Amino acid sequence: MHPLRKQRLQLVILLVAAAALVVGLVVYMLRENGNFFYTPAQIVSGEAPKSTFLRAGGMVVDGSVVRSDDSLWVQFKITDGVEMLTIEHTGILPDLFAEGEAAIASGKVDENVVLQATQILAKHDEKYTPPEVADAMNEAYKQKEAAKSGSYK
Amino acid sequence: MSRLSNWLPTNWQWFNRLGSPRWFYHRSERWLPWLSLAALLVLATGLVWGLAFAPEDAKQGNSFRIIYIHVPAAFLAQSGYFIMAIAGAIGLIWKMKISYMVMKAAAPIGAALTFIALFTGAVWGKPTWGAYWVWDARITSMLILLFLYAGVMALQYAYHSVDAASKASAILALVGTVNIPIINKSVDWWYTLHQPATIKLTSAPSMHMDMFMPLLVMIVGFYLFYAVALILHTRNEILRRERKTSWVRELATAKAGG
Repeated sequence: MHPLRKQRLQLVILLVAAAALVVGLVVYMLRENGNFFYTPAQIVSGEAPKSTFLRAGGMVVDGSVVRSDDSLWVQFKITDGVEMLTIEHTGILPDLFAEGEAAIASGKVDENVVLQATQILAKHDEKYTPPEVADAMNEAYKQKEAAKSGSYK
Repeated sequence: MSRLSNWLPTNWQWFNRLGSPRWFYHRSERWLPWLSLAALLVLATGLVWGLAFAPEDAKQGNSFRIIYIHVPAAFLAQSGYFIMAIAGAIGLIWKMKISYMVMKAAAPIGAALTFIALFTGAVWGKPTWGAYWVWDARITSMLILLFLYAGVMALQYAYHSVDAASKASAILALVGTVNIPIINKSVDWWYTLHQPATIKLTSAPSMHMDMFMPLLVMIVGFYLFYAVALILHTRNEILRRERKTSWVRELATAKAGG
């Protein structure tokens, strides 16, 4: 390889390495601020800022959704497996919002550690399944659970 | 660095010939019909398969079918960036004329694909997440990719000298490559609204095979389409930059006369 070209190749590699170092440091600095939401554990433990606008994300706890009969008010709990956080919201929920699915609520946490949400977003996972396969899997799971509870009797 | 020459090819003839705009212009004329036909067939197969025959998703219903445009566009927006940056690096190191032309040609195609990925993502986000746009790490880093492409495009016109414009664009393109692994890893490094990757290199896709196969076909189709678009844009740029050479003049007279 021509020495001049070799020198230019070294410069190009140096340029990319320097850029990677700078951006790497910025990303390292942003590692907390880059998060889109806080987990219930971070909010309950006080790690998340209080009385300011924030987002909380977690799985909607089974059986925790309470709806109002005469308004769009809804209350539910989300969990990260460690802590639970109660969320209250008045408005229409996204189609994919369901118990056992992930959701992200944005709003302020009040003095009773209840998040008064102004917006609810549904977070879906990276799995894609046809309905028949999902039904078959649910059915198999139910039968397994039934067999388990049956054996205790 | 002295040992670098040991693993790089010592016979540079093929490399120099590939770098000749005239050779590339004539040779690519033969590739184009086949590539275009293949792209058309593969894309048509993938679209019909994905939109009409693949099963709907148990949770998302039919709206998940946006994936057949969204994921291939996002894939090529990132692969195309590497192509642009590598072309820029070859231009900087070897001063090869055609690599700067490829770099310039790759910018608007990549920008369009990034825009398609962002736009289809917004259309998909409304029915599933409940919002067109959120500032999470994945979507924000993808927006930065669009700005990087726009920056490379703008730099091409910011200088009077073609050489200065090419060098500046190549440096920006190379620095911007740092963004690609960030886009890729954003969903793992931070809590994002965007879900993690469905297609992984190391394990099976978390998608039913009936849904995954058309997606794979669409990705291959987008690669073929990208090749066609890149060759067409590069050929245009060759004619523009070589317009004063005798072979382009001869070509123009032959076209006008015929």
